[in-house]
Amino acid sequence: MMKPVTRIQSRTVVLPTTDIDTDQLIPARFLTTTSREGLGQFLFHDLRFDANGNADPDFALNQPAADGCGILVAGNNLGCGSSREHAPWALLDYGFKAVISTEIADIFRNNSLKNGLLPVVVDADTLQYLMQNPGISLDIDVTQATLALPDGKTIEFPIDGFARHCLTEGLDQLGYLLQHETRISSFEEARQWKP
Amino acid sequence: MASAQTLFEKVWNEHVVVAETADTPAILYIDLHLIHEVTTPQAFNVLREKGLHVRRPDLTLATMDHSTPTTPVTSFKDMAVVVGENAARQVRRMQENCDAFGLELLGFDSDQRGIVHVIGPEQGATQPGKTIVCGDSHTSTHGAFGALAFGIGTTEVGHVLATQCLLQRKARTLALNIDGDLPTGVSSKDLILAIIGQIGVDGGTGHVIEYRGSAISAMDMDSRMTVCNMSIEAGARAGMIAPDDHTFEYLAGRPRVPQGTDWERAVAHWRTLKSDADAVFDKSVSIAADKLQPMVTFGTNPGMVIGVNDPVPDGGGDPSFRKALDYMQISAGKPLTNTEVDVVFVGSCTNSRLSDLQQAAAVVKGKKIAAGVRMLVVPGSQQIKKDAEAIGLDRVFTAAGAEWRESGCSMCLGMNGDTVNSGQLSVSTSNRNFEGRQGIGARTILASPMTAAASALAGRVADPRPFISQGE
Repeated sequence: MMKPVTRIQSRTVVLPTTDIDTDQLIPARFLTTTSREGLGQFLFHDLRFDANGNADPDFALNQPAADGCGILVAGNNLGCGSSREHAPWALLDYGFKAVISTEIADIFRNNSLKNGLLPVVVDADTLQYLMQNPGISLDIDVTQATLALPDGKTIEFPIDGFARHCLTEGLDQLGYLLQHETRISSFEEARQWKP
Repeated sequence: MASAQTLFEKVWNEHVVVAETADTPAILYIDLHLIHEVTTPQAFNVLREKGLHVRRPDLTLATMDHSTPTTPVTSFKDMAVVVGENAARQVRRMQENCDAFGLELLGFDSDQRGIVHVIGPEQGATQPGKTIVCGDSHTSTHGAFGALAFGIGTTEVGHVLATQCLLQRKARTLALNIDGDLPTGVSSKDLILAIIGQIGVDGGTGHVIEYRGSAISAMDMDSRMTVCNMSIEAGARAGMIAPDDHTFEYLAGRPRVPQGTDWERAVAHWRTLKSDADAVFDKSVSIAADKLQPMVTFGTNPGMVIGVNDPVPDGGGDPSFRKALDYMQISAGKPLTNTEVDVVFVGSCTNSRLSDLQQAAAVVKGKKIAAGVRMLVVPGSQQIKKDAEAIGLDRVFTAAGAEWRESGCSMCLGMNGDTVNSGQLSVSTSNRNFEGRQGIGARTILASPMTAAASALAGRVADPRPFISQGE
């Protein structure tokens, strides 16, 4: 059902700011949608555009070098704040396939994995290297959980085994839960304490 | 005998359907699923596509709060004029989805509706020892009752609707020990802001926080909810407080709690829900409550916070810090107390309960807010609105020059048209001072209801303590 994600080869775009929150990723006024489609136009909306809708030429995503970049490199604690899944939906719709930081907030990381957006946590030295070298091509092997830099250096990154399995096989976690229906029913019947 | 357990571990263990392994996360049972109009439409779409029904409508409670107007409107047509077509459509879709899937909705015409994290406890649906989730990060609020409560995304909303379960890895634990008495004029809002300032906006990432100590034991439930509410602002998965007599007194007699002998049985079980004396936490932090002062944020995340009379720090050349001060148009080296205020917002799932409104009202009673300041008071639920009106709080606020509204999330995130204009400075009792949170270009200072009310009177950021001693 989801497209398998096994390998991501793309160039990076860098936003060095720390604590980029989900309100910056997609402002709340765009959450009145009832669909998950077409949210890329709202990604980083208030950083990309001024009040009159003119693009800010200084913002990294608006620069020609950012065209076609599928990997977002951001400062520590990316995706803090709200639980809005619209944030990974907007990133994916815009064309991002992976996000990299030294720390990625829990709910945002979880939401990203559920949608096939790969969250990659790296050490501070690696992040610094990536920030100093925007636009470089990375080769991410999801199956091996490794990230290869252009100079050939390979870095391992942590990823939950189950989440990786679902990503690389394109598996829907709801299907996995539904397979346990009998276990869920027995749990409901056997509970010692029922609220 | 099992080894010593934390409160979190006790609640977690009671809900494990399938234990976690190295290869697979646990399947965790959910006792209460709160849903609202913003983060559910796409989940209901998935259920329709797959031909699934809601497994436990009886454990699902719906309301609408984010996109709803706070001025009185009676029809969806009128609503569209106030909040816009898209927001009104979202509200209508919620009604349609609840009808189609047979779910109880405390809808727009219900006198029980309100902010989802206010009505759960108010209706007694929030109870100790429950697992509670909602497609909203401030679900951590319900942890004030000793529930394990956390925010989830829309995909997971679909998982819970269809299976009443979630795939979860067990979080680590962080003990926050808070001893001493909060001084006069210092509230639980100041405490949680000070905590976030100390541990940082990512200090709780991967952890469930348990708030403990004499300051917590002394707190009423409204204050505990304020503390747990902002756990997510420290990055924590959830915040919890062991239930005690305050908890049971709050819940007794509420519509959705167990009745009769079931109540006695429930309380007996709830009393076991506390961390064992020798339980081990992964991390531990201590804070002295009696040393705290009213807190205000100066930057663009809740961790950028200082005492109201302290100078704004300079951030030591950190570009993100610099960027935040530039956005806020605030200079380092001086306190915020001379900063002019345009808007004051008292409301949100953090600070919109009756005691919050009472604290703000006590400051403004018999006085006028400063010329040019717009003050918006938005109760957390229709019930709180009614209770506040019964004791005359609405008249205290309107006589002071403030606006008194219907319940909802309102200006916390401005989805319903209640926004702060670009460049305006807002002192807000809400939970996030992110760039643009209250409106495009809005500058937000987070504070307690007392500090917000004092700032409305002064027309600038103000220490509430002089206003409180005058009032008494």
